[in-house]
Amino acid sequence: MRSEPVVPVVHVQALVKRYGAKTAVDGLDLVARAGVTAVLGPNGAGKTTTVETCEGYRKPDAGTVRVLGLDPVRQSAELRPRIGVMLQSGGVYSGARADEMLRHVAKLHAHPLDVDALIERLGLGGCGRTSYRRLSGGQQQRLALAMAVVGRPELVFLDEPTAGLDPQARRATWDLVRDLRADGVSVILTTHYMEEAEQLADDVAILDAGRVVVQGTPEELCRGGAENTLRFTGRPGLDVASLLKALPADSSAAELTPGSYRVVGEIDPQLLATVTSWCAQHGVMPDRISVERHTLEDVFLELTGKELRS
Amino acid sequence: MTLTTGTGTGAATGAYAPRPGAAPLPRMIAAQAALETRMLLRNGEQLLLTVVIPTLLLVLFSSVDIVDTGAGEAVDFLTPGVLALAVMSTAFTGQAIATGFERRYGVLKRLASSPLPRWGLMAAKTASVLVTEVLQVVLLTAIAFALGWSPHGDPVTVLALLVLGTAAFSGLGLLMAGTLKAEATLAAANLVFLLLLVGGGVIVPLDKFPPGTQDVLGLLPVSALSDGLRDVLQHGAGVPWGDLGILAGWAVVALAAAGKFFRWE
Repeated sequence: MRSEPVVPVVHVQALVKRYGAKTAVDGLDLVARAGVTAVLGPNGAGKTTTVETCEGYRKPDAGTVRVLGLDPVRQSAELRPRIGVMLQSGGVYSGARADEMLRHVAKLHAHPLDVDALIERLGLGGCGRTSYRRLSGGQQQRLALAMAVVGRPELVFLDEPTAGLDPQARRATWDLVRDLRADGVSVILTTHYMEEAEQLADDVAILDAGRVVVQGTPEELCRGGAENTLRFTGRPGLDVASLLKALPADSSAAELTPGSYRVVGEIDPQLLATVTSWCAQHGVMPDRISVERHTLEDVFLELTGKELRS
Repeated sequence: MTLTTGTGTGAATGAYAPRPGAAPLPRMIAAQAALETRMLLRNGEQLLLTVVIPTLLLVLFSSVDIVDTGAGEAVDFLTPGVLALAVMSTAFTGQAIATGFERRYGVLKRLASSPLPRWGLMAAKTASVLVTEVLQVVLLTAIAFALGWSPHGDPVTVLALLVLGTAAFSGLGLLMAGTLKAEATLAAANLVFLLLLVGGGVIVPLDKFPPGTQDVLGLLPVSALSDGLRDVLQHGAGVPWGDLGILAGWAVVALAAAGKFFRWE
């Protein structure tokens, strides 16, 4: 069970943000509670604009934003020491060394983490005397992450923290996020990796075209996880309605793309047999049969009609 | 590695348990100023601008009779001009280029969400400029003395000129850095440096220019600064109110414009 504080860590109501004629965020509502909240969406969905409004970088055109109960623009001085920010890129003097920059950010805080331990933890010890502009992309990203947490904030904003990282560095980042959560730090992270949201988040908000289309725990979004998915390919244009009649009442079947079929329901040996015998009756060779849990990716595709990584 | 258990409920006791708070303001500003100064002193191009070029000009034109600097020792004419150039190189050119790239690479943006307030960042930048200028003045006056410089005048007046000049150049540099693209700032700041080096009474006396041009050039901040410094240091004059007035005018207009138009990202 998770504790539910009276004041959400982030409370966004009817947020609108426009850049000229383009509306980036269009009446967005979001409540994030203690723990890890993933903000998921394709490029251009409004993830970064939403997060940067919470960080106080952007002034809402309409709506209200409260972070830790504070207005990020008007109460910025009060809020800034309490949050940690990881920008999507940059943020470091091009001539600064990794440890130098991290020590500097630590000095801006009253009770920072032990910098040496953090450097070791994130594998930044190897950066030595290399200046920021000569660090690898992964090293730059881990430094930005370290800068976000070194001030011992209550709430950390991570904007695509693992974009472009290799699997090992990604896992190290995930481990740190889990430790932050375990120690009582709340995390808002944007991502377009489904796996990241599934692995880390207590709560997932899916954004599309500047709005939250759905929010809930990963299990809720995947309908409790009890339901599973069976996929197969065959020739295009099969009579799905006929297949549905053969299936148990609480199942569903659809042709997602021509020749690619999906059955959602309680997938057990009986159902698998039903599908294959239906195929046999209709002279269809079901190819690439796979059984899998209904994923956030499916939820996303259903809700937005878009692939996540566009 | 930190071993932690728990589910995010309960008392926060782990290594990352929140303990937020801003450092005391003077400590933040001092740390920021120290970092900015280190970045500047580490940057080769910046050192070329702030140290190498003024030093070379002082040594070269004092020892070799290339430019007619009027009556008296060349070094007595050149030192005030080179000091003015040093102020311009740090407060205007160097600051504009550095700040332009900090803006471009999101440094200003990242610092804006740190506990350091924006005015604190600006105070730190000013402190860093002043520290650099002190180093420049110490170096250049030492070289000038070695070359036989004999200054006159009231040091307080000299200080007033240097401070007002710094304010004017900082305003102009920040205005440029906060409105133009980093590459445009780089190009423009270097070009302006070069033009003012030639046309700002730094090494070439303004009376070498046609009379009408002279009047216009005399209104430039670097001309006012080098002219005022020269009046005091070379000729032992009293307070050069005209030049102080020009510098104050530039400072007010440029700082106000920078305050209004500066964009942080």
